[in-house]
Amino acid sequence: MSYTRVLRCRKCGQEYPIKPINLCEFCLSPLEVVYDYKAMRGEVTREKFAAGPHSMWRYKDLLPVEGDVIDIGTGYTPLIKADNLGQELGLEQLYIKNDTVNPTFSFKDRPVSAAVTKAREFGFKSIACASTGNLAASVAAHAAKAKMKAYVFVPSDTESGKLVGAAIYGPVLVVVNGSYDDVNRLCATLAQKYKWGFININLRPYYAEGSKTLAYEVVEQLGWRAPDCILHPAGSGLSFTRIWKGLDEFAMLGLIKPVKTHMYLVQAAGSSPIVKAFESGSLHVNPVVANTIAKSIAIGNPADGIYALKIARESSGGACAVTDDEIIAGVKLLAQTEGIFAEATGGAVIASLKKLAAAGTIKKNELTVAYITGAGPRTQEVVSDVVKPFIVQPNLESFEEVLHDQI
Amino acid sequence: MIKKQVMFTFPEKLIKEPIIFNLGRQFKIVPNIRRADVTESKGWVVLELEGEEKDIDQGIAWVISKGVRVDPVVGDIIEG
Repeated sequence: MSYTRVLRCRKCGQEYPIKPINLCEFCLSPLEVVYDYKAMRGEVTREKFAAGPHSMWRYKDLLPVEGDVIDIGTGYTPLIKADNLGQELGLEQLYIKNDTVNPTFSFKDRPVSAAVTKAREFGFKSIACASTGNLAASVAAHAAKAKMKAYVFVPSDTESGKLVGAAIYGPVLVVVNGSYDDVNRLCATLAQKYKWGFININLRPYYAEGSKTLAYEVVEQLGWRAPDCILHPAGSGLSFTRIWKGLDEFAMLGLIKPVKTHMYLVQAAGSSPIVKAFESGSLHVNPVVANTIAKSIAIGNPADGIYALKIARESSGGACAVTDDEIIAGVKLLAQTEGIFAEATGGAVIASLKKLAAAGTIKKNELTVAYITGAGPRTQEVVSDVVKPFIVQPNLESFEEVLHDQI
Repeated sequence: MIKKQVMFTFPEKLIKEPIIFNLGRQFKIVPNIRRADVTESKGWVVLELEGEEKDIDQGIAWVISKGVRVDPVVGDIIEG
């Protein structure tokens, strides 16, 4: 049985039935899924979660779905005590939530699994998304599993490696000749015309909820406690808000103590509208033109920016932006201390962690969790300069001559 | 007739211009403002435009040509 109750406007509180809609008819603000928490009390327990599958679906009671789920094996990813990196940064209790190991190599499998499950419940035959990489792959993979048709829209400058990453699952892949904004506008129009489940439009309230499992898992893996500090990257800001919601729900259900986690939001300097609003004390997130190598968070007009901003402020956390050079250094540092090859967005998280630790904003004894949300191999061109091999002839003399100071 | 929800972001130099009024008058569009915040230095307006599709498209192109940033109200649809 699902505990899902209604959709509610995040701005004006207007309520709507559970349908494929994402905007309040009155104020055009985003809608969010509301649950019957009263009915959950006593029914939703630590023991029940522990007895569930080793995937994000062990938390099904807190997700907006009814029956069978579309699961390709997402979630319950490792939470690693990062002692080497911690030593480097002067942090004694540093953990990495390694979401690079999801089936399509990013955390996007969590929200997409929830959204595609809901799309099938609504009776959609086709699902669609616009993406520059991770989302496209995840949507195509889940559509394959669900035996649904997938339409994936990508801008014309998308790298071929990313196209393969989506095309392998057999979606209808549409390359749009035009700018980033042109793709946005086209998809907004298509979403109105066609009866598709558009992942981040009419399915967005359900898509969003899948990201709550990022919080649930960390809490359970830490032995049922919330971290002191969380660092998470923000593109649209949606998953950042849902981590906070996940912690809040666990506290509300009495599964953990009241949450005092400081939430730190991470952006790339070339696409940092939320960080700019945080630093200027603004109540509005002004759109920017995104320009960064961290493509997964290169969102100039973040749909949930204002809500992410609010959480960073209210949790006494912060917002940090780092340059592309710092991002690359962050990718290398994580790989060379903890053996995790992250995409550029993960490098942004590590670079921000370094800054915040050096400034003393994050204290060395605070239990800190840094979320690494996507794997590096799909965008390995950003760190291709690491390849500096020793070239030897196939004999011992040559080997010892060339590598004399390495042996 | 169709409806399109958009967000306009105005730079300082355009704050005093009646752009939304002119948009409605010149392109036969009905603008319906739902949320807004306008100060002396910057302004944004979330609104629904109702009219013929070609009129709305031409109207939006005109607003952009005036220097206003126009975004889908759902934020960026493309994600990483």
